[in-house]
Amino acid sequence: MKKIVAIIKPFKLDELKGALHDLGVNGMTVTEVKGFGRQKGHKEIYRGAEYVVDFIPKVKIEIVCAADMVDKITTTIMQSVKTGKIGDGKIFVSPIESICRIRTGETDQDAI
Amino acid sequence: MKKIILTTALLAIPALAWGEGEAPTALSNADAIALVQDHANYLWTLVAAALVFFMQAGFAMVESGFTRAKSAVNIMMKNMMDFSMGSIAFWAIGFGLMFGASSTGWFGTTDFFLSGWTPDGDPWVLAFWMFQCVFAGTAATIVSGAMAERTKFTSYLIYSAFLCAIIYPIFGSWAWGSLLNGNGWLEKLGFIDFAGSTVVHSVGGWAALAGAIVLGPRIGKYGPAGEVRAIPGHNIPMAALGVFILWLGWFGFNPGSTTTADKSIAMIFVNTNLAAAAGAVLAMVTSWVMFKKPDVGMTLNGALAGLVGITAGCANVSPTSSIIIGAIAGVLVVLSVVTIDKMHIDDPVGAVSVHGVCGAWGTLAAGLFNMGGTTMKIMTTQLIGIGAAFVWAFGAAFILFKTIDIVVGLRVSEEEEMQGVDICEHGANAYNDFQVH
Repeated sequence: MKKIVAIIKPFKLDELKGALHDLGVNGMTVTEVKGFGRQKGHKEIYRGAEYVVDFIPKVKIEIVCAADMVDKITTTIMQSVKTGKIGDGKIFVSPIESICRIRTGETDQDAI
Repeated sequence: MKKIILTTALLAIPALAWGEGEAPTALSNADAIALVQDHANYLWTLVAAALVFFMQAGFAMVESGFTRAKSAVNIMMKNMMDFSMGSIAFWAIGFGLMFGASSTGWFGTTDFFLSGWTPDGDPWVLAFWMFQCVFAGTAATIVSGAMAERTKFTSYLIYSAFLCAIIYPIFGSWAWGSLLNGNGWLEKLGFIDFAGSTVVHSVGGWAALAGAIVLGPRIGKYGPAGEVRAIPGHNIPMAALGVFILWLGWFGFNPGSTTTADKSIAMIFVNTNLAAAAGAVLAMVTSWVMFKKPDVGMTLNGALAGLVGITAGCANVSPTSSIIIGAIAGVLVVLSVVTIDKMHIDDPVGAVSVHGVCGAWGTLAAGLFNMGGTTMKIMTTQLIGIGAAFVWAFGAAFILFKTIDIVVGLRVSEEEEMQGVDICEHGANAYNDFQVH
């Protein structure tokens, strides 16, 4: 069992959700986040004065899946959110020790 | 015979309607027409007063939109209270100083507490008071924006009462006293300020300048090397709504200043609109050239700059001149906002530039573009008025704010400012359920 965390551009979320759904992924958690990476911040102008927005809004998605699904899912994420411009985001994969579905008490593979 | 009686009876009906049982005469008709005109004057003046009152909402929206979410409750309270306390102060003292009989031409000495009105007397003084009261409220509320996010609430309350009771009315009496019982020295010179570019806006704007100087800038507005930092407003659509409301309110402010329902309001309406439009366009173009993007804050200020600019001359300049006046105001306001920022005077909404600077420009323009021609004497008088407004309003407000600062303190503590005046002054949050910065 693996957890895939991806930080993506917010306007790509709908497209990604559709693509993952087609792949058979039946759940994910989405969080609005802010941060900086190589893109750093960007400049805005307010009433004649420039200022730097240090933390850029992004969306973080979390998916837990069976180990054999990881490649398919990461490929799909790369394909659907890539713009080729700086700030496209990153994908992190990590192992999951156990899962429990609260409603039924099912565990691990059955609870994905 | 029967027919004749019937005709006479029919003819008598309209006569009976007048209650005298007499046939209408040229004289009684003239009286009736005058009465209708009189009623129309009341109606127009009071409708206009309602429009000007609505400008309070406009100011509240502009001010809170251009500042941070953590100050929005305080701004609503200030705008609510400067009009509420101001109304009472203007009723008790201000109106008498402004429009009471004056032997000196410097301030009135009668008509305090609306004593000019008696239950069986002429109610015109009430309609006139209402219209003037909303003007006093406008002058008071201008200052709020320049002092936003760092002023102690109690100090602001003291200031509002003083502005509506003394600072605004005394200058007003110089320029407008004779509209009722007074006679101001400035109006005797022939000073042109139809609806108050100087009387209302410059006075408010210069008082705002004094307030912003005595207070000092918000924490974080200037960097360690003195560089100007932006503190973005938290709700630009709200600020824009405020500007639209103010624009609407100005259709009462300027045309209503006739206090007469006659044909002259048409040109004043058109002039008001054209100047605002030209101000918005030119402020947008100026910001586009200067900052590479059409800046929304500056464009909104530009519409207000045009409106302030045309306020003095709206009744005595042509529509074409109005466009020129508004356009120049639109350029002026952008340059002024940038300059005032660089002078390390923190005016979060641009009140000093919009009302002080463009009010002065509008007063000069009212002489310059006068449809009856302009003379050296007219221009000199306009300049005297502009100068007198600056000396009086800035001087009196500066002393007032300094005194408040010494006696009760004008500014909140550093810690309170960081936390936000909403929480520390009112114990309240404008946007519960949201994280506020």
